[in-house]
Amino acid sequence: MEKKPFERPYIKKLQAGMPSKFGMKSQAEPITHIDNIPVSELLNDYGSPVYVISEKTIREKYKKARHAFTTRYPKVQYAWSYKTNYLDAVCRIFHQEGSWAEVVSGFEYDKAILNGVKGSQIIFNGPDKTDEDLKKAIENDSLIHIDHFDEMYSIIALSEKSGKRPKVAIRVNMDTGVYPMWDRFGFNYENGDAWDAINRIMINEKLDLVGLHTHIGTYMLTSNAYKIAAGKLADLAYGIERKYGVSIKYIDMGGGFASQNTLKGAYYPGSDTLPSFDEYAEAISSAILNSELNPRNLPILILESGRALIDDAGYLLGTVIANKRLSNGNRATIVDVGVNLLFTSFWYEHEVYPAAPVSEHLEETTIYGPLCMNIDVLREAIAFPLLKKGDHFVIKRIGAYNMTQWMQFITLRPNVVLIGLDGQVHIIRKQESMDNITEQEAVPVHLKEI
Amino acid sequence: MRLKKNIAVSDTGFVFNPTTGDSFSINQVGQEIIRLLKEEKSVEEVKSNITSVYEIDASSFEKYYFDFLSMLRQFELLDEEDEH
Ligand SMILES: Cc1ncc(COP(=O)(O)O)c(C=O)c1O
Repeated sequence: MEKKPFERPYIKKLQAGMPSKFGMKSQAEPITHIDNIPVSELLNDYGSPVYVISEKTIREKYKKARHAFTTRYPKVQYAWSYKTNYLDAVCRIFHQEGSWAEVVSGFEYDKAILNGVKGSQIIFNGPDKTDEDLKKAIENDSLIHIDHFDEMYSIIALSEKSGKRPKVAIRVNMDTGVYPMWDRFGFNYENGDAWDAINRIMINEKLDLVGLHTHIGTYMLTSNAYKIAAGKLADLAYGIERKYGVSIKYIDMGGGFASQNTLKGAYYPGSDTLPSFDEYAEAISSAILNSELNPRNLPILILESGRALIDDAGYLLGTVIANKRLSNGNRATIVDVGVNLLFTSFWYEHEVYPAAPVSEHLEETTIYGPLCMNIDVLREAIAFPLLKKGDHFVIKRIGAYNMTQWMQFITLRPNVVLIGLDGQVHIIRKQESMDNITEQEAVPVHLKEI
Repeated sequence: MRLKKNIAVSDTGFVFNPTTGDSFSINQVGQEIIRLLKEEKSVEEVKSNITSVYEIDASSFEKYYFDFLSMLRQFELLDEEDEH
């Protein structure tokens, strides 16, 4: 006789009408397959834990996000935010779809070039661009987004030597009614700094002011903030046209559209409360179209969305190491995925699903990673099925930031695989080896013998 | 180790403690263990019973079994007297 699958024995006290901090939403529905590939097979073939990225989901999301804007505004250009996920295979999917590159460091800049992106289609953001970085960007006609006056004068000095006229934009920060206000990047709109920067560039004539940029924050919960921001940039663009007779080629609204993850401490799940691409697109497009700008000569609208485009395409698969009871009687489950691999668990209450069917019984659980550190908590409180040692689970919506902000702490980083449109599984970043780490180290002669 | 005598168990997996008025839901393996405890089976008997029906080895089961007993104890469903 075939034996029945075993589930940990479990008893739960019933409390009438008492919603607990564990919330009502549960994750008992298993995720057994990703793009038709069994989760068990992925773990078996590529080890546990393993990151899985769906090419299909990336392309679908991208098309949806693009469609939301192109149906409302005539000239739309996306630029892939490298910091969100700069694995080459991922970047190239976005570039194949038509995205430019948006980079914030010399390292990311070089990666975009290696990925075959044309220099003139790289947007270079960020407060730290070295002279070497700037020289390269000027040489390649890249779009340099100036963050502060020190940078502006470095670019002017470099342009004098190179004989080229660098293409620049200024980053503008502003009050959009959202707090905290991101005023540490770029030039402020309300206090006149933005105009000051524009005037200096226009009078100097060494730089070609082609764009205006803002990134008002990240995980923006209201589309209205974008409406205010786009209106302010359009006003600046109109002012430049009137004052100098120069038309700004593009308005870059940055990133910050929310993905469907739930922020820590949020009362409702993210998927119920967040604006859609259509709502963001409506807010931004209408603000520019309703501005004073000449409708026959509108600037290109650039978008640098990161998390909203890639979060859904990423999964992190892992295995239960042990179950424990804490001193207060609460349940704890220890898994082989820690905050080293899931940096975003500091911000999000990530959804964790069993990888095989389970009973409807859920236990209030804390999910800990394996790091031997107190901060290593994936979920403080989740109503979770009765998984036991060796059972597999799937963490959903982890495509953004985890594969760039991960830490090599007490262990090596695992495989990252892509499920291609061809239905095949491709390793796009190999599991690290001891050699990868020790190759970078050197032991002085007097320490050779121990 | 015995279940308190007055504990009522329904076929659908609900447990009621008339002394405290508490009620509980239990999953399938839990129900079977409760049934065996009602029949005053020993640890060894519970073990061999469960491992013959379910896909689990004896030593893994033992760990989950003792954990389950500690939950029953926490909810005051066990008769501890004859332990001494
Ligand atoms: C300048 C800039 N653009 C784009 C992004 C991407 O943001 P998000 O992933 O929230 O869309 C960021 C992230 O911080 C950023 O700083």
